[in-house]
Order: sequence, then C-alpha cells, then structure tokens
Amino acid sequence: MSTDLKDALFGYTLRLGDTSLVLGHRLSEWCGHAPELEEDIALTNVALDLVGHARMLLTYAGELEGKGRDEDRLAYRRDVFDYRNHLLVEQPNRDFGHTIVRQFLHDVWAVELYERLCASRDETLAGIAAKAVKEVRYHVRHSGDWLIRLGDGTDVSHARVADALGRLWPYTGEMFERDEAEQALVAAGIVPDPAELKAAWTARVEAVLEEATLDRPADGWMQKGGRRGEHSEHLGYLLAEMQFLPRAYPDANW
Amino acid sequence: MYTQGLDAKAEQGAQPSPRLVTEQEAALQGRFQERVDAEEKIEPRDWMPEGYRRTLVRQISQHAHSEIVGMLPEGNWITRAPTLRRKVALLAKVQDEGGHGLYLYSAAETLGVSRDELVGQLLSGKAKYSSIFNYPTPTWADIGAIGWLVDGAAIMNQVPLCRCSYGPYARAMVRICREESFHQRQGYELMLALAQGTPEQKRMAQDALNRWWWPSLMMFGPSDDQSAHSAQNMAWKIKRFSNDELRQRFVDATVPQAEFLGLTIPDPELRFNAGTGHYEFGAIDWTEFNEILKGNGPCNRERIEARRKVWDDGAWVREAATAHAAKRKQRALKKAG
Repeated sequence: MSTDLKDALFGYTLRLGDTSLVLGHRLSEWCGHAPELEEDIALTNVALDLVGHARMLLTYAGELEGKGRDEDRLAYRRDVFDYRNHLLVEQPNRDFGHTIVRQFLHDVWAVELYERLCASRDETLAGIAAKAVKEVRYHVRHSGDWLIRLGDGTDVSHARVADALGRLWPYTGEMFERDEAEQALVAAGIVPDPAELKAAWTARVEAVLEEATLDRPADGWMQKGGRRGEHSEHLGYLLAEMQFLPRAYPDANW
Repeated sequence: MYTQGLDAKAEQGAQPSPRLVTEQEAALQGRFQERVDAEEKIEPRDWMPEGYRRTLVRQISQHAHSEIVGMLPEGNWITRAPTLRRKVALLAKVQDEGGHGLYLYSAAETLGVSRDELVGQLLSGKAKYSSIFNYPTPTWADIGAIGWLVDGAAIMNQVPLCRCSYGPYARAMVRICREESFHQRQGYELMLALAQGTPEQKRMAQDALNRWWWPSLMMFGPSDDQSAHSAQNMAWKIKRFSNDELRQRFVDATVPQAEFLGLTIPDPELRFNAGTGHYEFGAIDWTEFNEILKGNGPCNRERIEARRKVWDDGAWVREAATAHAAKRKQRALKKAG
C-alpha cells in the first residue's frame, strides 16, 4: 500500500473508531438510568458493542499510523481538535427520545457501511466489519423498533421524537461527506462510495419514519466539521470526563 | 452484589400469625417442614406457610433492589474508567447487576407480587436495600474495592443461598454466584494493578480499603446474639449459616488477600489465632450501621432520588410502549376481522 493510501486509511479508520467510541460513551451514560430494566441492559449491550468496535478500529489505526499509539493512547491522550467523530454522536443524550433518534440515524448508516466494508480489499478492515456488522444489525432493529413505538405511541412521545428528529437531522449530512483522501480509498476498493451509502440510508430511514408516523425533515443546511476536528461544545466535556484519570496520573498503568 | 444479613429486618415476616392454626393447616405445615428437612425444593405452586412466603418476598425483593441500587455507585465510574478494557469490564459488570435484578424480581414474582409493586416499595422507602450502597465511590479504587470486598462478602452470603429451600430463588442464585465470582476476581485484579502501581495509585487503593473494610463486615448483618430471628429462617432452610459464621469466613479469606496486595486492613486488633485457625478482629461500630439503616448514610438520599428520577423520567416511554402495543393489537384485530 502506498504511503498516501495508508495515511488515508489511517484517517478513515480513526474517524470510524472515534465515532464508535463517542457514541458508545454517550450510551454508557444511560447505564443504571434507563426507563426500564430491560432497556438498561439493552442500551448497555449496544454501548459495549460500540466500545468494542472502537477498540478494534483504534488499535488498527495505531498500527497504520506506525507511531506506537495503542487504543488507549488514541482514546485518552487526544484533545477535541484531534478527534474525528461525526458531530451527530457527540450530541448529548437529552432524553430517551433523543437518544433513540440519534442511535437510529447512526445505526442505519453503520449497517449500510459495515455490510459494504465486509468486501473491502483491506483484509483487516474487512475482518473488523464482518464482526461489527452482526452487531449493528441488531442495534438498528432495536433503535428502529423504539422509534416506531415512540413515534406511533402517545401524543407526548410523538412530539418528543419529532422534536429530536428535527434537531438531529442537520447532523446527518456529515456521514456522507467525501474528501480527496477518501476518494482514493474508494478508487482502491477499500471503502464504499458515500453516495451509494446515502441512497441506501435514505431508503431505510424513510421506511421506518413512515411506520413511526414521523415526517422526514427537509435536507436544509447541514452541520459539518467533526471529520476535520471541528466539534460542538459538548465533546470537550465528554473527553474531560473520559480522560480524567490518564491525564491526572500520566505515569500510571491501570 | 447482595443485601446485608436480612434477618434484622425480616422478623415480622417470620413470626407466626396470632390466630389459631387449624388442624388442616397444622398438617400442611408438618408436611411442608418434612419436605424442607428432606432438602426437597419448594416450588411456586406448592403450599407454603404465609410467613415463609412473606420472608422470601421480602428477602428476594431486597436482594433485587440492592442489585439495582448497586448499579449506581459503580456506574458512577463508567464514564471515567481509565482504559478501554476497564471501561468495557465495568460496563459489563454493572449490566450483570441489572441482569441479577431482573432474575430476582422474576423469582419474587413467582410468589405472587408484581415487579411494579416491589419497585414502588423501593421508591416509597418502604422496602430496604443493602446499606453498603449508601457509601460513595469518590475514587477509581472504589471500583476495585467494591469488586473485591463487597462482592466477596456477597459471595459468602450467597453461595449457601444456592441451596435455599425455595427453588426459583436457589436457581437464580446459582447463576448470580457464578457471575459474582468473576466480578470479585476482576475487582481484586484491579486492586492489584493499583497496589503494584505508582505511590499515588497505592495510596488510592489503601484509602479505598480503609473506607470499605468495616462496611463490608457489616454486610453480614448483626451479631448472632442480636439476631434472634435467624432460627426460623434456619429451620426453613432459607438461611444456612449464622451471620457471625459467614463474617468470620469472609475475614479469614480476605486478610491474606490484603497481605498479598501489600495493603493494611484498618483494624489494629486484627490478629491470627493459631489455636483456632481464625483471624480475630476488632468490635464493629454498629452505631454507624444503624444510622445508615435509618437513612442517614452519606448517599441514602441520592440513591433513592436517582431511582425515583429514573422512574419519573421513564414514565412517558413506558406509556408510549403500552399505547403502541395496544394500537398494534387493534390493527391486527381489524385486519383479522
């Protein structure tokens, strides 16, 4: 693999790893606080899967980079502007409705992506995708079912998820952005074309929204920047909390 | 996790009702006791004395509540776990506690009470949960100390419950004990990493041991001479060993583990008695224990407030799920009709 392509793959893997980690972290905030015991267990399962994906992806990113950074070095010793996750996943939990909408919009993307990444010419990435795809298929069923329940539940629940959908929709455009580096990866058969992902994502999302009796928001101005390290105010607090111990005790092994 | 020795509060349930026992009831009770004595398991549809049922509902539901409330002090560190491996392990552990709560509520439901009713008793303050969870977890070492000591004490209490006379409880405990042993090893391994780490980490580990040692000993409940109602629970084979016996076993098992860690148990009177083969330890301060039971522990309010908030914040979600299920049912009926 050429150096340029390797760098591009490092950036790609890091973005994917950061997105999984930040979303896993957000979901882990629910542990012990979910609306039902069964749901507490289910959300924690999803959080566990996502942090698991992040570990594989960050480990691989560290290898591609070749500077000796392991999963923890990458997770715990980077500041906001070096994080590459989608803005969508760093948005706060707010209520269960927001959490489910955020999760669903992400999950559909993740299923479409990992299904295609299974065929990646990069064997390691294909291997990670093969493991992750089984889990994200379950995640999208879980978040989709909840979205339908809440959308087609009571007036209150409908209003809450409709509000969340409107609020979070502007963060979905970023998932399908493509820069030059990514274009090279697409050309090399290593990653799928985001345009193709977007069509598949839209179809799946619209089908569930219809069943949930929710209107699909219009594609207006989209918030972007996470992929380049330009984040909302929320990420700094998340990292401050997550990174507290390794930052406070830099020489410690845990 | 586990509820402390429950017999201190379980008396009311164990007392025979004041009304006269009919001949038929006496025969049923005799037959019941014979089955218990023969180590047969009592199942949900079997006849059982009302006191036995009440004692079990109270004990199993307190145990379930303890699992659920116990998710809070440990959950306090999920977002701050220092490595991704530790984060995953802690998340999985707290999730296990939730699973234990679920099996235990189910076991209690076999005795004719609903989960909602039991949760209502927790939220109203009527039902108790283990006082140990009213202590705070200010540092990361508390996660290690809880796994090592609190789960360690829980295992001592729970292993005998796997042979409890009530079938559904005994079977739930088999699974729970298996997971608790894993948690305990994990907690000890976490403590070991701290004890072998930097001086600051070692200080953190010692500090946590200082705070959790005595509360862990209190988890076994009052001393035998203060716990007059153990006898009925022993006869019913809900309880197999006395509080003091179990506490002694815990001390004997744990002191060498602390020595291996290079940590000091905060008890100047602790010494090994070569004659008995047991460790002797100082007097427990039951005043603190009683105050916490009364609601005056450092976190009693926070714990219950957190559970109430979960319940209140989740109401609209549960209502939506119910409403949606009803709509689906109606649509299916329409389609069929």
